[in-house]
Amino acid sequence: MVRESLGQILVTTILSGNFVLAMFLGMCPFLGVTHSVSVAFPLGLATTFVIAIASLSAFLLNMVLGPLHLEFLRLICYIVVIAAAVQLVEMFVKKNSPSLFRALGIYLPLITTNCAVLGVALFQTARDYDFFQAITFALGGGAGFTLALTLLASVRERVNLSDVPSVLKGTAMTLMLAGVLSLAFMGFAGIGG
Amino acid sequence: MSANSPVSSPAALRNMQEFMEGIWERNPVFVMVLGMCPTMAVTVSAMNSISMGLATTFVLAASCWLVSVMRHMIPKEVRIATYIVIIATFVTVVEYAIQAISLEMSEALGAYIELIVANCLVLGRAEAHAAKNPPMPAMLNATGMGLGFTVGLTMIGGVREILGNGTLLGISLFGPNFQPWVVMVLPPGGFFVMGSWLLLFAIYRARKDRNNAALAAQGASHGA
Repeated sequence: MVRESLGQILVTTILSGNFVLAMFLGMCPFLGVTHSVSVAFPLGLATTFVIAIASLSAFLLNMVLGPLHLEFLRLICYIVVIAAAVQLVEMFVKKNSPSLFRALGIYLPLITTNCAVLGVALFQTARDYDFFQAITFALGGGAGFTLALTLLASVRERVNLSDVPSVLKGTAMTLMLAGVLSLAFMGFAGIGG
Repeated sequence: MSANSPVSSPAALRNMQEFMEGIWERNPVFVMVLGMCPTMAVTVSAMNSISMGLATTFVLAASCWLVSVMRHMIPKEVRIATYIVIIATFVTVVEYAIQAISLEMSEALGAYIELIVANCLVLGRAEAHAAKNPPMPAMLNATGMGLGFTVGLTMIGGVREILGNGTLLGISLFGPNFQPWVVMVLPPGGFFVMGSWLLLFAIYRARKDRNNAALAAQGASHGA
């Protein structure tokens, strides 16, 4: 297997291999909280932070589980560590920035069941990334997630002002918009090499 | 759940309702729009969709059963964590089972089998239904939901396979001159097909509501 360079991984995960638009990870917040940019953007940043922690923990866990031949416990360990990490982040945010804590509300604990967080741990293991590759993958993925969330939120803010047929309102419309965004992001294919 | 099961009906009928609820009335894919990640990512062909749907059905039924059996033992404060560990256990079982049955399918579905853990549908059912009901109805409801999920996935996967590949379940439909609509098997196709199905259902529901309003009089049944 040819080792991908860090730059390649970063560009690919942000653009052509975007977590949301190309790999369908983290669809629930993507459809659920993209009503306005002011919510979507901070949530994207918080998720990026959790993704980075999850990636780091998954890497450390692999170092422990691999030599002990306990691979079958991988999934359970990942999910428990991620849940604990989210709890820590929640406590940290609550202590240091109560205003941000209130703004994020219920979406902060819900990051635990965000597929993007578990996905990053699983994909970096499946692709056999080393430490720096894994961290780059996680940060790029988080940045791509934030980008996709912010873009869709901006588009939806504009669409809210226009006259849409009543049957198309809601999830159907959001999915169509997401499809067009995804189509646009496919144009980046090949940039990362 | 509150929406169904009138108290007077016999147990068998109520079980039937529990079972059918997930297949049509509250279909997880098209009505509740839950568990979208695996829905969109693996539905490039009908066969993938069916395998994914059945894997999810097993996880859903097994974990709802266990949650329901243990519902008096689990302390309230740590219930979500307990549910997740239960779900992760069954997902691991499914993952190894699929690997043993068909390595090809295991490679096609990849990490998305393990991502069933993060499927909001499973956790949602455990929390909203299994934790409050005895094992039998919980399992029936979960199986119904799982089958509804499978049907929804297959409807998306089938359309994407027909349009994007000209085949259904690997059988060629249009002969050699078919020009595949490649974008349908690529990520945007997932969004478009899912969006179109939701649009069709919205139109169907709007028309039904209009008919009901025209008939007026009783107004008893009203698809929310």
